[in-house]
Amino acid sequence: MSGTHLNRRAFGRLLAAGAGAAALAACGGSSTPGRNTPLRISAINHVWSQAVQKRLPEFEDSIGRRVSMQLLTADQLSSSYNVKLNASANDIDVMMVRALQEQLLFARNGWLTDLSDLVADQEFDWADFQDAPRQRSITRDKVLSVPVVTERPALYYRKDLVDGPPATLDALREEAFRLTTADRFGYVGRGQRSGAVTQWSSFLYSFGGDFTTADGGSGIGSPEAVAAYRFYGELLDRAGPPGATNMSLEQAMPIFAQGKAAFYIDADAIYSNFLDPAISTVQEQVGFAPFPAGPAGSKPHNIPSWSVGINQFSMLKDEAWQFIQWVSGPQMVTELQAAGIPGARSSAWEDPSTLTAFPADLAEAMRINAENGIGHDRPEVIQVGRARDIVGRPLVAGIIGQDVAPVAAEAHAEFADFLVRDNRQQEF
Amino acid sequence: MSGFDRSNRRLRWLMLAPALGFVGLMIVFPLLFTLNLSLTDAFGAVNAGKGYNAGQNYLDALGDGRRFWPAVWRTVYFTVGAVVIETILGLAIAMLMRKPFRGMRVVRTILMVPLLATPVAIGILWLLILDPTNGIANHLLGSVGIPPQEFLGSVSQSLPVLMLIDVWQWTPMMALLLLAGLSTLPEDPEEAAQVDGANAWQRFRYVILPGLWTTLMTALVLRAVDALKTFDILYATKGAGGGSDFEVETLNVYAYGLTFDYQEYGLAAAVLVLFTLFIVGVVVLLRRRSREASV
Repeated sequence: MSGTHLNRRAFGRLLAAGAGAAALAACGGSSTPGRNTPLRISAINHVWSQAVQKRLPEFEDSIGRRVSMQLLTADQLSSSYNVKLNASANDIDVMMVRALQEQLLFARNGWLTDLSDLVADQEFDWADFQDAPRQRSITRDKVLSVPVVTERPALYYRKDLVDGPPATLDALREEAFRLTTADRFGYVGRGQRSGAVTQWSSFLYSFGGDFTTADGGSGIGSPEAVAAYRFYGELLDRAGPPGATNMSLEQAMPIFAQGKAAFYIDADAIYSNFLDPAISTVQEQVGFAPFPAGPAGSKPHNIPSWSVGINQFSMLKDEAWQFIQWVSGPQMVTELQAAGIPGARSSAWEDPSTLTAFPADLAEAMRINAENGIGHDRPEVIQVGRARDIVGRPLVAGIIGQDVAPVAAEAHAEFADFLVRDNRQQEF
Repeated sequence: MSGFDRSNRRLRWLMLAPALGFVGLMIVFPLLFTLNLSLTDAFGAVNAGKGYNAGQNYLDALGDGRRFWPAVWRTVYFTVGAVVIETILGLAIAMLMRKPFRGMRVVRTILMVPLLATPVAIGILWLLILDPTNGIANHLLGSVGIPPQEFLGSVSQSLPVLMLIDVWQWTPMMALLLLAGLSTLPEDPEEAAQVDGANAWQRFRYVILPGLWTTLMTALVLRAVDALKTFDILYATKGAGGGSDFEVETLNVYAYGLTFDYQEYGLAAAVLVLFTLFIVGVVVLLRRRSREASV
């Protein structure tokens, strides 16, 4: 019986030993990683990431360490950061982020490493980055990310249906209505409440509005914003496909690619889909044009859609910075741009060899849109998700044929309250 | 108490310790953590500085007529609608399959197919079928002269369509559970009723149904809890926020959005606590009804 006898003290010791062992095991991961630990990169599943992934062996050889690159959708990537970084995880070293969507929040959370001293390296040539994307990389005077992919809207149109691209939004609407038939839509575009906001932003600016006013209040109740809401809603309601309010890029793009729509406005970065015979039936008919002018001129967005930063909890910050230097250096950006992926370095845009990668009319459209471009495509706040949900509601009302004005007035009041709360959160 | 009894009792606790530790770590701790979080103003990051806000999150949630209460209503509407149809259809199928027939195995295997598919795959499958422009559903409707429908692209049709997809997926499970219950019922009472002149409906209503009641209520509780918590198919077909007009935003989808899209962790935790209490309430109510009926 002595073998099963366990007194209170022995029982306590056993529990303490177990707890101690568990604590030691939990602390075991905090030591410096060995040479076998890979540099971990979390990235969006995008042509840029795929092109970089193919060249990774070259980088691995230069740093003598394996690189593991995980490709996710934008939503998955964002959720993965929220889950992992809330737990101060160090299994992400390089983070691909949307400067306009997440950077302010991540800066508030202290999740991004300050790169200010690193980008100051003359060889890196930080000044070579276009002004708008560069400014979006800076939060509270700290450089927290480096832009790698830029984006503007392009007007995709069917050359076989119109003599030339419409130069104004009024002409676009008129043509779209005229070309709408039983088996063809005059216009297709994003209609989801949140997803449509970024593309609608160019309509908003071209009507003379913005998400916020100069003093930081809500701008979506202005006559210009209401006119832009009404215009976009009517365009999709009368010339767009059924079920447009459930459409984001993934649903809208195939409709144009399959020859079922006359016009489509979306990111210029997706142009290659319309030239790919596996996806597109309009390879010969597709034309590319700058964003049409509204009452306030042609004012498309020109934004850094994707940037790279370093996880504050990373144990491999030096290697992570080496990766960023490699991937956003002048040579790589020029090479990627020559392969059709628009970057953020001025030197790459000035290099004539990079423009030959794009169809001539697209290259011209990109140049014009970049010149006229505005550096944001969504409200510049911490809680971008909630802001987009509020701003997008009048868009949906317009698309389903409701009167936009009362919904816009309601959204305006809600957005004004939201901005006050969001401003409070920005005190960090 | 002898020394042997005392040491035996300690040993018993020691043997139970791994299981208790697991339950504590995996169930009790997350619940307490969520409860604690729900009383704070946590925003942005869970580990960022936060303070207790005296139940403000609960007041905000319960006073939110724009998102919270409509989400409660949609959760109830979806659950009641789907579960009632699944129960009726499941019972009908189970009654039809009660007696052996030729090809029974094949039919049972086909019935299992929707259960085996993952909800995300089902969501994508139905998105393709119901696509308003390119989907086969509108093509078929058009061939019989019915105008094209927007289905999941419509603000008003989305929730009923998703209920029907849920019915398509989960009716077989109800049928199989009820079939298992039916197979345990003795045949004598039914035969005696038949001899006494009871018709088919009377035999079903007064003989079969009372015998099946316990199984039926158990199946109902299991399915209702599962339907209340539905998330994957809603998210896979309508995305964040339950669609452009929040048309399929149930409590689960709302709590997910508060967490991952808005980073309002305190409010999200409060919604989850209220949601958990709601589910517990539904289970208690169904169990009580089940006991009352079986007494």
